[in-house]
Amino acid sequence: MATHAIIRRQSVLPGFGLSLGYTVLYLSLIVLLPLSALFLRAASISWSRFVETLADPRVLAALKLSFGAAFVAACVNALFGSVIAWVLVRYRFPGRRFIDAIVDLPFALPTAVAGIALTTLYAPSGWIGRLLEPLGLRVAYTELGVIVALTFIGLPFVVRTLQPVIEDLNPEMEEAAASLGARRYQIVRHVILPELLPALLTGFALAFARAIGEYGSVVFISGNMPNKTEILPLLIIIKLEQFDFAGATVLAVLMISISFMLLLAINYLQRLSGGRGRAGLA
Amino acid sequence: MSTLAAGLPARTTRQVRLATREPILLRAGVAIVAIGFLMLFLIVPLVAIFVEALSSGLGVYLAALREPDARSAIRLTLLTAAIAVPLNMVFGVAAAWAVTRFDFRGKGILITLIDMPFAVSPVISGLIYVLLFGLHGWLGPWLKAQDIQIIFAVPGIVLATIFVTFPFVARELIPLMQSQGAEEEESALVLGASGWQTFLRVTLPNIKWALLYGVILCNARAMGEFGAVSVVSGHIRGLTNTVPLHVEILYNEYNFAAAFAVASILTLLALLTLVARSLVEWKSRRAVPKHATLPEGEP
Repeated sequence: MATHAIIRRQSVLPGFGLSLGYTVLYLSLIVLLPLSALFLRAASISWSRFVETLADPRVLAALKLSFGAAFVAACVNALFGSVIAWVLVRYRFPGRRFIDAIVDLPFALPTAVAGIALTTLYAPSGWIGRLLEPLGLRVAYTELGVIVALTFIGLPFVVRTLQPVIEDLNPEMEEAAASLGARRYQIVRHVILPELLPALLTGFALAFARAIGEYGSVVFISGNMPNKTEILPLLIIIKLEQFDFAGATVLAVLMISISFMLLLAINYLQRLSGGRGRAGLA
Repeated sequence: MSTLAAGLPARTTRQVRLATREPILLRAGVAIVAIGFLMLFLIVPLVAIFVEALSSGLGVYLAALREPDARSAIRLTLLTAAIAVPLNMVFGVAAAWAVTRFDFRGKGILITLIDMPFAVSPVISGLIYVLLFGLHGWLGPWLKAQDIQIIFAVPGIVLATIFVTFPFVARELIPLMQSQGAEEEESALVLGASGWQTFLRVTLPNIKWALLYGVILCNARAMGEFGAVSVVSGHIRGLTNTVPLHVEILYNEYNFAAAFAVASILTLLALLTLVARSLVEWKSRRAVPKHATLPEGEP
């Protein structure tokens, strides 16, 4: 039956050659050709050069910061993002639609604008920095600042991935568990959480992947001190400015390989959660 | 809700209701944590942008927007979006048509490749064009001989912007057109409509809200892109500075009021995008049942 429908569809609707041809041509020109330029450039770099670039302490420090800060930020987002998604779906309160709309702000706000706003807030003289200064907490121009910026950037990924899954939760399961004598925390722990876990991991991975590549919002608040608060994308730019194209290519290939593995993991997780949740790496 | 609970005398309905929602105090606490977090991370920065922008008065604010460098940055950003958004819109429609209306080998790979630009760091999106068109790139020497400049010039900015906004429209359309199916288009063709008539009269009205939303998102990102454009622009004031790059320059010159003034227009654009998103979502939610239940009522 299914194949019959496919064959019929193929023969009836026009425009297959035109639309697919144009799609493949445009994709090749804009995405595939430039990306292959990167990989061909990488292929001409010797193995020892690869190792040498990656073993540079400055690169290692940036790797550690980029991954460490992205991981912490994704954890913070997973925790607060799930609370926010839960409140938005299950609770009714005035201003809920406004809050729901504002969650997408990090998607819509240019990263450079987010960067300067966060830096101004968390600088020692800023609205928030001033409050933290007496506590001995410095956020701007430290690793903490990088985490704050990456948390801002990643928040919508977790909320938007979890929201549709929470909406789809079958209330009868909770009622069944309740009538069997489960308490609320037991239901949350044993009924709700396992249902949400694949989506939560997807949201976490999306926020993590986005945070590793993020540039605009971080470079202002991080202060960019070599070996201390430099992130990996910034190091690529620094190498480009020094005309070290091989070095920049090595770092880019490393980053793309990691994002590709994360993409595969995300696809797998999304299949686990039944394709629900539609937040992308926007 | 209570049908199941009513049959089981061991737990009263009240007990079940207690166990299917959080206690009132906990609910309040959870809501406060969620809203507090959003206030701290989203609302406070949003307010700070406008407060900082107006901190030196309205005169300084307007002067920062009227200054020649700011105006040329705004012009370049508008030009870039005017090229990148329509191109990606046409691509998105073509890709969605090919992927959702036909079956062919390699479809999964094609969809993954369309999503690729989202998985690539913006900085790398700029770097690949430098490696391709830059002076030390593949085509660099040839382009120099032809006296064509792409990197550190407007074409590079446009290309990098097209790359980072590449999947937006396709991504909005593919799931929608997949779920709508091809029956309506097939009926139109059977009734004698031409391919273009079918597309314009049947497909387009069905996808207009998703298309509009994709275009709005694409435009917001095109006008706000920073990392990719920063790599290929060369930061030549008045020539290759887009609005976000102009914000960066002003900020790094400690001209904070002007930086936030220019940033505030980008913020307004972001807020408009959010409003448009809510409207489109509301419209499309209203459109679906009407379309599904009342085919004869439509002219």
